[in-house]
Amino acid sequence: MTALAALVRRDIRMALRVGGGALIGVLFFLSVVVLMPFAVGPDLKLLARLGPAILWLGALLASLLTLDRLFMADHEDGSLDLIVMSRSPLELACAAKALAHWIAAGLPLIVATPVLGLLLDLDLLSTSAVALTLLAGTPALTFTGMIGAALAVTLQRGGLLLAVLVLPLSIPVLIFGVAASEAAISGPRTFGAPFLILCALSLISFVIGPFAAAASLRQGLD
Amino acid sequence: MTLTELANPTRFLALTAKLLPWLAAASAILLAIGLYQSATAPDDYQQGATVKIMFIHVPNAWLSMFVWGVMSVAALGTLVWRHPLADVAAKSAAPIGAAFTFLALVTGSLWGRPMWGTYWEWDARLTSVLILFLMYLGLMALWRAVEDPSRAARAAAVLTLVGAINIPVIKFSVDWWNTLHQPASVLRMDGSTLDRAFLIPLLVMALAFTLLFVTLLLAAMRNEILRRRVRTARILEAGRAAA
Amino acid sequence: MRLSGRGVKCVRGGREVFSNLDFEVSSGEVLAVTGHNGSGKTSLLRLIAGLLIPARGTILLEKGEAELTLAEQAHYLGHRDALKPALSVGENIAFWRDFLGGETSDAGDSLAAVGLDHAADLPAAYLSAGQRRRLSLARLLAVGRPVWLLDEPAAALDAAGQELFSRLMHGHLAQGGLIVAATHGPLGIEARELRMGGPS
Repeated sequence: MTALAALVRRDIRMALRVGGGALIGVLFFLSVVVLMPFAVGPDLKLLARLGPAILWLGALLASLLTLDRLFMADHEDGSLDLIVMSRSPLELACAAKALAHWIAAGLPLIVATPVLGLLLDLDLLSTSAVALTLLAGTPALTFTGMIGAALAVTLQRGGLLLAVLVLPLSIPVLIFGVAASEAAISGPRTFGAPFLILCALSLISFVIGPFAAAASLRQGLD
Repeated sequence: MTLTELANPTRFLALTAKLLPWLAAASAILLAIGLYQSATAPDDYQQGATVKIMFIHVPNAWLSMFVWGVMSVAALGTLVWRHPLADVAAKSAAPIGAAFTFLALVTGSLWGRPMWGTYWEWDARLTSVLILFLMYLGLMALWRAVEDPSRAARAAAVLTLVGAINIPVIKFSVDWWNTLHQPASVLRMDGSTLDRAFLIPLLVMALAFTLLFVTLLLAAMRNEILRRRVRTARILEAGRAAA
Repeated sequence: MRLSGRGVKCVRGGREVFSNLDFEVSSGEVLAVTGHNGSGKTSLLRLIAGLLIPARGTILLEKGEAELTLAEQAHYLGHRDALKPALSVGENIAFWRDFLGGETSDAGDSLAAVGLDHAADLPAAYLSAGQRRRLSLARLLAVGRPVWLLDEPAAALDAAGQELFSRLMHGHLAQGGLIVAATHGPLGIEARELRMGGPS
């Protein structure tokens, strides 16, 4: 356990240091959300109605953007070789890296949500509903996105390829995330059902993500 | 004292050490006068007491643009004249500018609350300030992304100048976008028709905030120079052969 | 402890790098892998480290710790040094010690052993190439695994660094470790030689 805790600590520390990407994700989230009104117009009623969707899309893109470097940096400097040779299973090491990434890049998005909710004229209830669904759903984005990050390392291609690989995988999370927040805001459907499915998606991704990522990293070693 | 003599960081440190207490005192006194005058200014017949937010909001909004101007001059200094203090000034000004812009946004939305009924309206002016704030944050992220300040300086200088050219274009597009969607903003104050009772405290506050900015900038520049010296010392320390 | 390979064949990118390779090295011994560029020195080290899968043949570690695989008892020092410039020297070494499971060693001691203890709090970005190499050597000590797999370990080291390195190797062998090192020049220690590829 100390090994995995050390990995989590190291990754969080690096994300917060000079050159780390933790806060750039939030900035990107902010920019995406600010851009939306320019596309749909400054009508606050319309924005309030689209609010949960805008916030979810922004969070999705922001968490994808920072996933790019999840394994790539370790691959480039040879750390990945040593991580593979560790005595803790590679699956758990992958899970630890994803956890660290979520803490450093995912949590700030959720913290930023209330401020952005203000810009979109969401009331307190709507904002907390969106923040809650993001809290339940962004781990799924990170843990499924990790599969794409691992594949991108093996194929030596990053950036857009990762986005193309991962975006389809994140559709279910987007559907239930937005559905749950809208149910909480306007009804008539219940909040519980889509929210529980969202939690289930996260739980499933905790299992599938690390195994798939570890498998693709092992395949791609050379 | 000419600009070239000031270029010497050591001389800059010595000079600012003498200058800073006076500047700080001047801005504190001016700020106190300005705050007193704004507090005693009459209420607006339409807006009531909320108009007093203006005395904080307008100086911040003015500084949010002024600081970018200062950074643009500093960026020219970095790229064209290679002035050794230019990038120090540019780097130190960015967070201060971002803070003023943030205050302009917060006071603007607090002012908007009784006017519009919401904290945020996609009003042309507020929106432009929000974009300016994003640009400040992006600039700070750029400074943070590169460990070596002299390498980050040129990239940041180019971005600052591009921003300076783009800000009017952005402002124009936002105005156009906004009028396309809704009639002119509720919050329309023509400076020329402003009553003298409002104008004088406003000018005092603007002057006080500008002095405050100069004080903060000089202090931040001192810190940055010292930080860079520490960095150089640490690199030398790392290079020291093991005993 | 004895590390041996029988009939090992390595294929990379569809190209056969080497085949039918036999080697053997026991506790307290150094195997120096030599040969021209492209003869497969690095590939052999990565095969032993478990980072590549042999196309044919087996690589075995006998009388090691029964519950651990070969890769889990080996430490690989490659061309890329796995150091994070944003972390301090001390943080770098402490992380790898914690993560790769060196229970006994103190990170400060291993830094002192390579003459980097004065730099423990400085960012690794400030180190020169030779100092980064020394830091990698400190990691070998901090991680404390019995099988050392070294790829051009002496590269970028100055004379004092080379001397230090050979002292570290002697210490490791004396504790019952074994070393496989790919090298072009002399290692500064008595070694059994494994020549890769044909004469060239």
